[in-house]
Amino acid sequence: MLKFDNVSMRYPGAGDVLRNVSFHLQRGEMAFLTGHSGAGKSTLLKLIALIERCSRGQVLLDGESLNLAKDRQVPYLRRKVGLIFQDYKLLQDRTVFDNVALPLIIAGYGHHEVSRRVRASLDKVGLLGKERKYPAVLSGGEQQRVGIARAVVNKPPMILADEPTGNLDPELSAEIMHLFEQFQQVGVTILIASHDISLIAQMNHRILKLDHGQLVAS
Amino acid sequence: MKHINKKSVKQEPRWQTKISGGNFVDKFHAYRNHHAQALFSSLGRLVASRFSSAMTIIVLAIAISLASGFYILVANLQQLAGNLEASNQISLFIKDEISEARVNKFANSIRQNSDIQEVKLITKEQALEEFQSYSGFGEAIKALDKNPLPVVIQVLPKNSLENEQALEALLDDFKRSAEVDFAQMDMQWVKRLQSIMEVARRGVTLLSLLLGAGVLFITANTIRLELYNRRDEVVIAKLVGATNGFIHRPFLYSGFWIGFFSGVTAWFIVTTIMLILKQPIETLSRLYDNAFHMLFLGFAETLALLFISSLLGVVGSWIVLHFQLQQLKPE
Repeated sequence: MLKFDNVSMRYPGAGDVLRNVSFHLQRGEMAFLTGHSGAGKSTLLKLIALIERCSRGQVLLDGESLNLAKDRQVPYLRRKVGLIFQDYKLLQDRTVFDNVALPLIIAGYGHHEVSRRVRASLDKVGLLGKERKYPAVLSGGEQQRVGIARAVVNKPPMILADEPTGNLDPELSAEIMHLFEQFQQVGVTILIASHDISLIAQMNHRILKLDHGQLVAS
Repeated sequence: MKHINKKSVKQEPRWQTKISGGNFVDKFHAYRNHHAQALFSSLGRLVASRFSSAMTIIVLAIAISLASGFYILVANLQQLAGNLEASNQISLFIKDEISEARVNKFANSIRQNSDIQEVKLITKEQALEEFQSYSGFGEAIKALDKNPLPVVIQVLPKNSLENEQALEALLDDFKRSAEVDFAQMDMQWVKRLQSIMEVARRGVTLLSLLLGAGVLFITANTIRLELYNRRDEVVIAKLVGATNGFIHRPFLYSGFWIGFFSGVTAWFIVTTIMLILKQPIETLSRLYDNAFHMLFLGFAETLALLFISSLLGVVGSWIVLHFQLQQLKPE
């Protein structure tokens, strides 16, 4: 599903942020990406979300080379990846329903389909009944679940999460991780960047460890 | 059981079904709905921030009304000048002491000139008759005991004599003739007026271009601010796979509304000013035998005004989107 082949990333003036990173995530696999601050976790995620392009090597998503993607193809490739953020990135002036519906509206779904899928997605994360609420009145854990509902509403084959539990207490964090496992069970490939070592250790999944831009454990 | 197995092998996992859904008709409806939604939500945002919207629109409307006001002013002046045909006709006023026979001889000599197309002799009596019927001073003339009008020879040079210098030379020749008291090119002032009108027309065109550019950049700056205020939304939409077209749409509609409402406001400004001026101008026109009818912004001109101002709004926002959206990169 996701393949890194000798990927290096160099920022002008900052040197190599990633050096010869290679790994392969199978379809339906769940993995954690860990490492100290500045190890290159965010950069690696940015390469998958096509926010950055790698300097050397090759990134393959679902068999397609992201290096070769033209600018106008980028939006369509991004629709294959559901993104989840530490700060949730919800639109505060839109309801929960509208936030979750955004990827579907962008993809051009009809009204009924949008409604049906948003409800299904909110049901999945346990927020059915809160469609009309605004994000500000929800707790941190609920807001993150809205973020997850938005990421999965378009049924992408891959989910990327950047420190999804960074702002949550351990109990809520465990709940969120459990939710990710449920998606994995239905075949979604999941990559979660986190430095919550104790949480990661509890869960029995593959761990990709970055150290100064190099993959030291996989 | 076998059947189910076969199906489960072939089928993609449940979460990996196709990325874009719905059939073509659904998609078309969704696309149309999104356009309508962008059209009305941008209008809604304009209304929500009505104070700043109103200020922007009034500034734009003043610029647009200046351009269209000057346009209609020139159109009115042109109508005035357009009634007058410029010809190169020259009038020769013959000295009083010249005898009729000598005048005829002089007229004939002019007819021989190869540059002359037509010569018309107006006797003192004909001149008096004409003057009495057209000038409105008939009674006053009758009171005089002697006809004060001179004999006039009207000379029309050939059309080939377009050249101003050749005409001037001809005029100078006539002025030097012993028989001629005074020679003048009748319609020279019309030519001068037409030249002035040409200058005014160009001036208005240039001014309109300048004001149009002003409208373009004011709209661009307004949209830039809106883009800045909504940058979170833009970044999130980009991250969940929005195309540039999807992101551009509401901003282009905002530009359209700003331009459109500025055009409407400008139309009201120009029309109000003209209604205020209408009465004194009509009074003035009556004093000149109703020679002048005031022109307002017509239907076609109003449409053009609205079209151009809306277009400037859309183009202004397109410029900003084209150059600024690249900078709004997701983090």
